[in-house]
Amino acid sequence: MTFINYASREINCKIVYYGPGLCGKTTNLQYIYDKTNPTAKGKLISLATETDRTLFFDFLPLELGTVRGFRTRFHLYTVPGQVFYDASRRLILKGVDGVIFVADSQVERMDANIESVENLVINLKSQGYDLMSIPYVLQLNKRDLPNVAPADEIRRLLARKNEPVFEAVAPKGIGVFETLKGVAKLVLSELTKTGSS
Amino acid sequence: MAAPDIVMYEEEFNQIKQIISKLRVDANAKVVFLVDKNGQQIAAHGEIENLDTTSLASLTAGNVAATDGLARLIGEREFSILFHEGARDNIHISIVAQRVILVVIFDERSSLGLVRLRVKKASLELGETFGRIMAKVEKERAVAGTAFESPFAEITDEDIDSLFSE
Ligand SMILES: Nc1nc2c(ncn2[C@@H]2O[C@H](COP(=O)(O)OP(=O)(O)OP(=O)(O)O)[C@@H](O)[C@H]2O)c(=O)[nH]1
Ligand SMILES: [Mg+2]
Repeated sequence: MTFINYASREINCKIVYYGPGLCGKTTNLQYIYDKTNPTAKGKLISLATETDRTLFFDFLPLELGTVRGFRTRFHLYTVPGQVFYDASRRLILKGVDGVIFVADSQVERMDANIESVENLVINLKSQGYDLMSIPYVLQLNKRDLPNVAPADEIRRLLARKNEPVFEAVAPKGIGVFETLKGVAKLVLSELTKTGSS
Repeated sequence: MAAPDIVMYEEEFNQIKQIISKLRVDANAKVVFLVDKNGQQIAAHGEIENLDTTSLASLTAGNVAATDGLARLIGEREFSILFHEGARDNIHISIVAQRVILVVIFDERSSLGLVRLRVKKASLELGETFGRIMAKVEKERAVAGTAFESPFAEITDEDIDSLFSE
């Protein structure tokens, strides 16, 4: 749910990082946080377990600048990837404007990736969204590990439409901003479309 | 899909700011704060200089969302009021017009009873204002024939790149 305030000329967009447990969602946010100019970011809030697994969500507000005279803010959220936190994941998707699916490239995590994409489709539907029409990009993370599946194969297994695909190594920042830009572009151009839903 | 769910116009924005600033005075509160259910801050008033209002907005929305989930689990439609009591400050959270969250932070200079009373009155006024906003959005949509006039005519790669260049 994009929130446009004509009075203060602001636009707020909500971006959600989705994906299976330990795929690197929180790491993406941490990298963005570390590399962003202090004036452009708020606090990184992590509601996590004692072992650093996301419990409810991570939240990072970014205020990057203006587009067409509107101050543009992105609110980045991650969901908890562990299967049993499904109720929380649904809540985080409320009012989402764009989704980044972070896939774990390791061969042994492919089933978890597939299950998580299916879970995303179901949970989006429960909030009244359709993956086919929402701004959506796919990130293939952990490309640095030895046991990864070829990018083409993962794309074949996980791609749902013509979504942009980005390869990444989140702790090193490879592909992190590219992925965010990719979804930001889709979200903002979605606003340019007039009419039909 | 392309149309945002809430669009804030100058006139209603000023009304909202007026209502919450009056509520702050009437309830003797430190801060009055309005957030949408997705955690976007709409307006804030009071002693907010040292307050991280963006985080407050996001956590409040998360709190309300989790509590809504709890309510449905036990067969309630919603818990209309949340109240957190601290050693010094207290937080009173309520839902206005089913879609926005009204947060009042107060200390010993006020009381739960007073806050509840004033919140009730302000909620009615806010409800009316949000009703008008929604009507306006609907009307614009109808006039433009389902089209919502976006300020982002053609977004270019350069627009995006310039956003991300530090
Ligand atoms: N080698 C390598 N490790 C990574 C990469 N991305 C993340 N990790 C590591 O994977 C572990 C889990 O990362 P998180 O970001 O916490 O995973 P998450 O997706 O937030 O997990 P949940 O919160 O449980 O859903 C951490 O130890 C990261 O350092 C990557 O690209 N390469
Ligand atoms: Mg996490």
